[in-house]
Amino acid sequence: MIWLSWRQFRTQAIVAGSVLAVLAILLLSTGFGLAHLYHVSGLAGCQAKHSCHNALALFSSGLRGSVYEFVFYIAIGLIYLGPALIGAFWGAPLVAREVETGTLRLAWSQSVSRSRWLIVKIAMLGLAGMAMTGLLSLMLYWWSQPAYEAAALARPDTGLSISRLTPLLFGTNGVAPLGYAAFAFAVGLAASVLIKRTLPAMAVTLAIVGLVLIAWPNWVRPHLITPVQSTVALRAQSVEGLSISSHAISLIVGANRPSSWVLSDMAVNSAGRPYTGPPTHACAAVSQSYQDCINSIIALHLKEAISFEPASRFWALQGYEAGTYLLLAVVLAAACTWWINRRRLA
Amino acid sequence: MTPETPVLKTTGLGKRYRTRWALRDCTLSVPGGHVTGLVGPNGAGKTTLLNMAVGLLAPTEGTVQVLGGEPAGSQAQLARVGFVAQDTPTYAGLSVADHLKLGQHMNPGWDAAIAEDRISRLDLDPKQKAGKLSGGQRAQLALTLAIAKRPEVLILDEPIASLDPLARREFLQTLMEVTAEHGLSVVMSSHLVSDLERICDYLIVLVSSRVRVAGEVETLLATHYQVTGPRCDPAQLPADWQIISASHTDRQSTLLVRSDTPVVEPGFTVDQIGLEDLVLSYLSQANSTAARGQKELETQR
Amino acid sequence: MIEFHLDARSGLSPYLQLIQQVRQALRLGLLSKGDQLPTVKDVVARLAINPNTVLKAYRELEYEGLVAARAGVGTFVTKTLTDSSLAAHEPLKADLQGWLTKARSAGLDNESIEALFASTFRALTEATIEEEVR
Repeated sequence: MIWLSWRQFRTQAIVAGSVLAVLAILLLSTGFGLAHLYHVSGLAGCQAKHSCHNALALFSSGLRGSVYEFVFYIAIGLIYLGPALIGAFWGAPLVAREVETGTLRLAWSQSVSRSRWLIVKIAMLGLAGMAMTGLLSLMLYWWSQPAYEAAALARPDTGLSISRLTPLLFGTNGVAPLGYAAFAFAVGLAASVLIKRTLPAMAVTLAIVGLVLIAWPNWVRPHLITPVQSTVALRAQSVEGLSISSHAISLIVGANRPSSWVLSDMAVNSAGRPYTGPPTHACAAVSQSYQDCINSIIALHLKEAISFEPASRFWALQGYEAGTYLLLAVVLAAACTWWINRRRLA
Repeated sequence: MTPETPVLKTTGLGKRYRTRWALRDCTLSVPGGHVTGLVGPNGAGKTTLLNMAVGLLAPTEGTVQVLGGEPAGSQAQLARVGFVAQDTPTYAGLSVADHLKLGQHMNPGWDAAIAEDRISRLDLDPKQKAGKLSGGQRAQLALTLAIAKRPEVLILDEPIASLDPLARREFLQTLMEVTAEHGLSVVMSSHLVSDLERICDYLIVLVSSRVRVAGEVETLLATHYQVTGPRCDPAQLPADWQIISASHTDRQSTLLVRSDTPVVEPGFTVDQIGLEDLVLSYLSQANSTAARGQKELETQR
Repeated sequence: MIEFHLDARSGLSPYLQLIQQVRQALRLGLLSKGDQLPTVKDVVARLAINPNTVLKAYRELEYEGLVAARAGVGTFVTKTLTDSSLAAHEPLKADLQGWLTKARSAGLDNESIEALFASTFRALTEATIEEEVR
């Protein structure tokens, strides 16, 4: 059974391996350049605040609009696209293609139970998919290390603010990509078993995986671990902007927490309700300056309520996220195995 | 396998697809050591029956057993049954040699010598991709896979329907040769009696999802008579005659009679009947029954 | 060793055709004592017929005492059917050839010749049987 699975999978494995190899070459050829940029900009040895600041400015200007930025986004895109493609091209045809060509009836009349037939295939393709995505994410981790290190030294106003906790980058780091790959493959498999036609199964797989990956950071990830709630006195430098109407005022507040994942951040009154005005005298009057308006608001002794996931929770979040996806994948795969045993599609 | 264990045994077997019954009330017991022909027009339920026998389909009602075991119920059961599916599917991208390797890896009882011998006698290039084979060659490859796993029974679903006459003959030659060599029981379906006439000694006629007649060919031929005589009222014929089909002109009646005792009736000519005519009579009987049903419906309206 | 063939139009079952062909071969001297009949496997591989048909035909021949099966070896001829009449075959054949030439020159085509022969043969056989019954 292992032989047949491998023989059927061989071409796909070679294609995927080639894509991975091309990407590896791309990352290797630019990775050393990026590391070099990190060193020549003086970030490696900077101690004093000032020298670091200059070095950071040098580093970020070297990044902006460069090939590194391009490669970075390509790799991020591929890490998200990879699982979807694995689901659509490995998972969806797994059973459906064999139903279409009739070969399922050949395979299932050999002396191998269909559960075993499916489990071997799931194990081989699923693990290969996870390995590929994992490898890709590891390569990107190595490649982007200088950028993350620089960001750790940076202050928000330098413009170099990348964090492993931001929704986009969280999914490309750690073990999350493994979970995505397993999940997407299992979705493809389930579509294959239920729909029994390759093209519709592929389309459905792409749609479901795409929707889940997009919706997840907004709807699910914040609930994996209850965010930290912190309430501090509102300071003038936290206010990033405001809009005033005749009856109401709304503040745009930004916390200075570059390495955390800030979920919400707002100005609240003493009762803990979001501050909505009414506009202070200084703000309502046309003659007063913006600074006067801000000062008059600060004088109200408002609070800043922040809800965030601190950087220290990165691995815990990764674990929960990958675990949830893996669990979903295992449940789907088990359901498919049960289904083909019971329903006997041919 | 003891000779008493039927190769194929079904009890009230039925399969429904949504609202349509593909097979209904199928009760059969095919004894071992036979080459069994399963005949019926396209869409009669032959494929459904065979797919349930090999465990590719689950019955909606009733039971089916092959060699006394549940179809595809265990690895041992899978190893005892060789199956050549309709249209003899093979992996188009895999070579002939790959298919043999597949068989070797997926069947504990695989007989590599038989497989290789067959391939070389068929003059197949082991490196040839199965997708490039002719229909006849592909059927032979599928048959080779089913034989080399050394099953006790071989089930074939319309294996020669799409082959040219020469390829048909070659396929049947191979099939009969291995049947004789390994003492296999065979169950093979076809919509053409002529395909099965020479090779089978047990026959099942399946029409419109029901079994019309089943039995040893020799017995069937010995108990069916073609009776020709002056026009008569079927109601006045002997009670032990089972009239399978009857056609009347204004002077003459031609009947196919099934009777366990020899048919002798003064004024009638009694002839033996060939297998093909026998089967065709059962098929036309089914048609006229269906037509009658239709008429009843129409009058009811 | 003889080779069997089947005639689909003969109206005889394959089983009877096999028996007839062995008998004929024995009569014509094509098979004689000690000769082996083709194995069941060879016959079915050639004719694509049910192995049981061949087995049954061989059993019938065995029952008639014409052949004997030796387990694991094959089926062998134990008796010949050739007799003194074999000697008469040649002159009879020559007569028949002469008759056929005559029939052709009289303008009969193959079909007419066959029909004439068959009807005469049948009439003669029936007359003989009737006589015997009487």
